[in-house]
Amino acid sequence: MTKKIRVLIAKPGLDGHDRGAKVIARALRDAGMEVIYTGLRQTPEMIASAAVQEDVDVIGLSILSGAHNTICPQLMKLLREKGMDDVTVLVGGIIPEADIPALKQAGISQIFLPGTSTQDIVNFIHQKIGLPN
Amino acid sequence: MSDSHPTKTPTIAPAESSPSRKPSLKETAWEKNTLEPALAKSPERQATFTTISAHPIRRLYTPADLPGWDPATDLGQPGEPPYTRGIHATMHRGRLWTMRQFAGFGAAEDTNQRFRYLLAQGQSGLSTAFDLPTLMGYDSDHPLAEGEVGKCGVAISSLADMEVLFDQIPLANVTTSMTINSPAAVIWAMYLAVAEKQGADWKKISGTLQNDILKEYIAQKEYIYPPEPSMRLVIDTFEFGVKNTPKFNTISISGYHIREAGSTAIQELAFTLRDGMEYVEWGLRRGLEIDEFAPQLSFFFNAHSDFFEEIAKYRAARRIWHKAMTERYGSKSARSYALRFHTQTAGCSLTAQQPYNNVVRTALQALAAVLGGTQSLHTNSLDEAWALPTEFAATIALRTQQIVAHETGVINTVDPLGGSYFVETLTNEVERGAWDYIKRIDALGGMVAAIERGFPQREIAEASYRYQRELDNKEKLMVGVNAFVSDEKPLDILHIDETVANRQAARLKKLRAERSSEEVARRLSALRTATKGKENLMPFIYDAVKAYTTLGEICDAMRDTFGTYEEVAIT
Repeated sequence: MTKKIRVLIAKPGLDGHDRGAKVIARALRDAGMEVIYTGLRQTPEMIASAAVQEDVDVIGLSILSGAHNTICPQLMKLLREKGMDDVTVLVGGIIPEADIPALKQAGISQIFLPGTSTQDIVNFIHQKIGLPN
Repeated sequence: MSDSHPTKTPTIAPAESSPSRKPSLKETAWEKNTLEPALAKSPERQATFTTISAHPIRRLYTPADLPGWDPATDLGQPGEPPYTRGIHATMHRGRLWTMRQFAGFGAAEDTNQRFRYLLAQGQSGLSTAFDLPTLMGYDSDHPLAEGEVGKCGVAISSLADMEVLFDQIPLANVTTSMTINSPAAVIWAMYLAVAEKQGADWKKISGTLQNDILKEYIAQKEYIYPPEPSMRLVIDTFEFGVKNTPKFNTISISGYHIREAGSTAIQELAFTLRDGMEYVEWGLRRGLEIDEFAPQLSFFFNAHSDFFEEIAKYRAARRIWHKAMTERYGSKSARSYALRFHTQTAGCSLTAQQPYNNVVRTALQALAAVLGGTQSLHTNSLDEAWALPTEFAATIALRTQQIVAHETGVINTVDPLGGSYFVETLTNEVERGAWDYIKRIDALGGMVAAIERGFPQREIAEASYRYQRELDNKEKLMVGVNAFVSDEKPLDILHIDETVANRQAARLKKLRAERSSEEVARRLSALRTATKGKENLMPFIYDAVKAYTTLGEICDAMRDTFGTYEEVAIT
């Protein structure tokens, strides 16, 4: 039996715009991954806990609110504290280009901007995690 | 490097095959003698042509598409039922739509400056964007507000902030729209308090409160409380508005956000109008007379990219509302059954790639809204997919409207597209599609029931996923994104940093120290008691606001009674 890639899609912060998160969740499911969607209004603590509980390979954060510079470092710190050092964290949403280097420094593997195709995200995950065998 | 235009196998049957369509002899001859040879020589570029909502569009529209169509009843005259051509006899010849640019960022003084700038540049009304903590009923110094203060809109935590927001702006002379939903009653109370302070007559001031909680559950998801108490708050504002602010739109029943969440045009129309009917029914149950409160209901639609589909949508909207209001609710007043709407061009259609293309998209969408007969318009800025608008980008957006108004000539005549076989047919089709949905929601027990079953949310999720697949497969193109891609330099964008949060925190500290804690406690207690009963909450909220009780304190008091709501996520 193949082991599916496990992905947590999360909406951190107060923002309720979930179109992107839901589309990505479904696309990843269609691509054969196991996807857990956290729903709205998640704190970094809630996301880190869910990631541990669900034993995910990937966390996808959807952030359109401009709060990414606060949320991402907080989440990365919590993940390290919980021993989830090898989880791949991805961010999608409205992220100014100038903020990308710092986010990557903080441990975010990749940032996906508006207009990204779902296939590009699937490919990135497969490349990073390795295709399930 | 450009991409060749794709041809794809049809997933929707071509509309030409519709069985009820009976072309004339002349048309049949054209098909045989002119069309068929042309197709044999050069096939069409696609197997089917559809709108962005996947609505099929025919090659040619003729009288055969309008069997039984009677211009006297179906088209009518502008300013008369069924309002297909517009709600005023002279439309934009008489008065241009209000140029009302949505603005808000940072702290109140930052947005006040942008407000005054936009007014000086010729916009004719204000529209306020609030930040996420404010939208969710949290003060700027609440733990959950961290990282979010002033980022998506202006931070307003108290009447003191509201006073700064409208500094040097006379509310007696300027109309203001406020995009606020769950805490709308509180923000409105603050606005009214500022108006009172300025000496503006409540009976004369005008503006709009978005206050449309149903679409929050459906699409925007910025709800605090569960549906029942949320609707109570909305109807309280209707009741208060009837008595105190007759010229103020107490609600902006919105499709914009539903469309931004990925719905089709028909879904946008149907869910918005059915939301409207839901509000009417709740108002009637409260004991209000239909023509007492309905004149203060307004609407808000998206202007998306498919030009003619949008125009058809607005025309259908007016017909549906008139029919619903007169036939379902017995309205006798044109002020109730003539649908008035604000439009915003589609944010979701704008791209991060090659952002200057967005100026073009916005202009075309604005044109559709104008041709569709909007009363008010916001045009998005080119940097929409990157950040809140810079002054530079916001100015171009406003100029776009001014160019449409003063250079294109489209406003020289009322409803220029009236009588077009295409536009009239599409209007009919969009109307029919919307009524289908409306009846389905009726059958589910109304909109609140439909929301609780996840019906509109699921429809939207399906439509948005289908569109994404079409983009991924290049069945639908987006210039600069999946076609005509090129390298580019980053844009200069607006940055909002954490000093806003610091400024707000300091202000709140000062406010709490300087106000009368006894008054605040007393008024909050009175509000709390009222939340447990059936009294109209507006006077209690107003009293609390005047004593500089904060937004968070008032919303928390209501949280204590009403509880909070979280949806069951549907992906």
